[in-house]
Amino acid sequence: MKTHYDVAIIGAGVIGAAIARKLSSYELDVVLVDKEADVSFGTSKANSGIVHGGFHSPAKYLKTKLEVRGNLMFDQLQKELDFPFRRCGILVVAFREEELQAIETLYRQGIDNGAFGLELCGRERLLHLEPKLHPDVIGGLHAANGGIIEPYRFVFALVESARKNGVELLLNFKVQSASHADGLHTIVAGDGRAVKARFIINAAGIHADDISAVFNAESFHITARKGEEFLLDRESKAYPGKVIFPVPSANSKGILVIPTVDGTLMVGPTAVETEDKGDLATTARNLEDVFNFARKLIPSISERDIITSFAGLRPAMLPDNDFHIDISRMAPNLIQVAGIQSPGLTAAPAIADYVKDLLKQCDCRLVEKKNYDPYLPKVSGLRHLSIHEAAEAQAENPLYGNVICRCENISEAEIVEAIRRGHHTLDGIKFFTRAGMGRCQGGFCSYRIIKIIMRETGMGYHEVTKRGGGSYLLADRLGPSTPATEA
Amino acid sequence: MKEYRFDSVIIGGGAAGMAAAIEITKRGFSAVIVEREEHLGGILLQCIHNGFGLHQFKEELTGPEYAERVSDEVRQLGIPAFLETTVTAVKDGDVKEIHCCSKAGVFIIRSHTVVLAMGCRERNRGNIGIPGARPAGIFTAGLAQRLINIDGLVPGKRYVIVGSGDIGLIMARRLSWIGCQVQAVVEIQPYPAGLVRNIVQCLHDFKIPLHLSHAVTNIHGRDRIEAVDVTPIIEGVHDFSKTFRLDCDCLLLSVGLIPENELSRKAGVRITPQHNGPEVDACMMTNRSGIFACGNVLHVHDLVDFVSEEGGRTGRFVARHLDGCAPRRQFAVEAGQNIRYVVPAKADPATENRFYMRPMIVKNEATLEIKINNTTVRTLRKTHIQPSEMICVTLAPEDLARWGGASEPTLQFSLA
Repeated sequence: MKTHYDVAIIGAGVIGAAIARKLSSYELDVVLVDKEADVSFGTSKANSGIVHGGFHSPAKYLKTKLEVRGNLMFDQLQKELDFPFRRCGILVVAFREEELQAIETLYRQGIDNGAFGLELCGRERLLHLEPKLHPDVIGGLHAANGGIIEPYRFVFALVESARKNGVELLLNFKVQSASHADGLHTIVAGDGRAVKARFIINAAGIHADDISAVFNAESFHITARKGEEFLLDRESKAYPGKVIFPVPSANSKGILVIPTVDGTLMVGPTAVETEDKGDLATTARNLEDVFNFARKLIPSISERDIITSFAGLRPAMLPDNDFHIDISRMAPNLIQVAGIQSPGLTAAPAIADYVKDLLKQCDCRLVEKKNYDPYLPKVSGLRHLSIHEAAEAQAENPLYGNVICRCENISEAEIVEAIRRGHHTLDGIKFFTRAGMGRCQGGFCSYRIIKIIMRETGMGYHEVTKRGGGSYLLADRLGPSTPATEA
Repeated sequence: MKEYRFDSVIIGGGAAGMAAAIEITKRGFSAVIVEREEHLGGILLQCIHNGFGLHQFKEELTGPEYAERVSDEVRQLGIPAFLETTVTAVKDGDVKEIHCCSKAGVFIIRSHTVVLAMGCRERNRGNIGIPGARPAGIFTAGLAQRLINIDGLVPGKRYVIVGSGDIGLIMARRLSWIGCQVQAVVEIQPYPAGLVRNIVQCLHDFKIPLHLSHAVTNIHGRDRIEAVDVTPIIEGVHDFSKTFRLDCDCLLLSVGLIPENELSRKAGVRITPQHNGPEVDACMMTNRSGIFACGNVLHVHDLVDFVSEEGGRTGRFVARHLDGCAPRRQFAVEAGQNIRYVVPAKADPATENRFYMRPMIVKNEATLEIKINNTTVRTLRKTHIQPSEMICVTLAPEDLARWGGASEPTLQFSLA
């Protein structure tokens, strides 16, 4: 680990990751720090995984410009980084006359914003585009440029690409204090590790206000707005071809029906403000509301198909709910990237460009790296291979033949690859490979994966965790050796 | 890529699959077992408690002992088995194609018949929707059983068990034996989901409280589970004013099993929602000719003895099918009053028929009435029935001969 860097980015969610990757294309020493055991473990892991269509908010907002710009960058990014992404299109559907007006407003707004691929649709056209829609639909908006993405895989790919091009990643690094002297910031983690950097980028998501306070910079408040989502089995008959939105309300895009790139289905998210930034609890009451609402969009949606539910916290800055990306006026060489709620993931690549320009304004010298390599090698998953391709893959690497996760068809080769790329927790491996993400939710594969983690990393059973910190999985071992003597 | 040919491929080397393979082989056909794990035996191998084999072997065995008896026979008959091998697809056709993956190779087996014997999986937190935080330390009971009994790894020290299914009850006792504390078993129904003998031997004997008509309504803990809220249910309504908290570092779920039919569905096999398994005819054959099903993949059984019986019977039907024999006619079979399902869904009037069915009610001195259309063919007295105990009925050809020549005879079972 170096101790002096040009830039330190705090927070390895989608925003910090996109910025790190962008900066890795310049001759800069960059460090990316995160308080969690893996990247994408905060707000980004619970993201709905939608690449938005650029029509939901008016042009006056920064988030709108960055959303429209960001949307267009995903095809190139996918070519370079090979993450699961598909431009399946988005539908916003209306069931009442007054909602049709709102649809028209969204359409005009989108055109003003410079969004591509928007189309106002009548009932027939909508039902042609999505036959699973509720037959009572009367009209709507089609955004052909909208898409779906696996959010954590996107973040993993960004970070991996950044690291390939020289960015250093420090995990379990919770910034506790900071000081500034001789043009250098020093940031110190809870465990005493310290990093010096000339420039700091605050991409700390729901904790961006706390980080700002650590640097004695602007005082603002991040409101955590909780969203609960339900994940449905890939056997669900309700799986639509497009993302389905209702007509939005004032502070939320509403309950959506989202086909995931990998064939499962998501219903949600809710939108409830919470004071507790660690509150990721799901509630009983929401289930009924969410499903009753979702059935108005697609009637075949059923609670019977739920395989799990989860919650995430959107970092909102009130009252305008806009992104707040700027050079700090109070702390030297600090760039604030705060309030990045929806459409943050869509905007992420454009935010990275925007932050790069702000760095330039701070007199950070940006010289393009000659040997910058934007490409990552493709990872082939057993589930995407034909039997003949699987035979070839197995001949090259026998572990491809060993199916570890039966629900999602994930081989040992993919698990080992995840571990070698630095994902050492059950959740990290799950997000990287999908093992444990299917209908049995790890009932059959958890013990196998725990044993592979122990074999590959040399960890003891008591060191294996669900997602780092105190989330240990096993408390004891039978037989003569006790954990105390072993540790 | 290697290819093999057999008369029959058995998917799953647990009790059902082994029994089917044995009967097929004994009748002169070639059978092969494909098993995911390192050993034959399936879930029996992690069930180190006793109580298995009372029907099949007339003695009390542990799970591994039971598995060994059967797998010894498999070996003696020279039945080949691909171990540590996963079937990734079954392509239906006159000749079926079974795609297999293992560390040793990826290959295809071709056969005229397939026996689906993949067993079942446990329902999990998402399936029953327990709200609250999402910390580590929440396991299905079967996963905890596997970790403790096979890997020697203990998930926690202080447990709450949700659901009074048999695996949960067995685990309550197992955990007590290894020095862990079991705070309580929480069951949402007013009656236990597991066998009576397990309630007595696993809970009462260890003074573990069983909270009937209670639900876990919240989970506390950020990184690792710290406690759960338990709420009584009074006349179907949660009474939150009487919610109490139980501290724990581990929550086990024993809330039911679901037959694992993803492969079956992909092969075009029709699954009935009544028991979440394939709809089978009097010969245990699915809607796809040559594809049979038995054991827990068909419907969830209480006792492995019944699974073995069903597997063996299925194996005999596979052999008959390979011989080119088929029943001349079949009666439809229907679950009547207070019966959730009956397996199989057809009856062959020319032979003896065995049926498994699951009651929907708890009752002493119940009557099982068997009718063909409107004619009662048999009445059976049952001293006690409850949903957790399957009812087994064998009907002789004489019973079915009383159908009176109706054009569409339907055999109906009902409980009162």
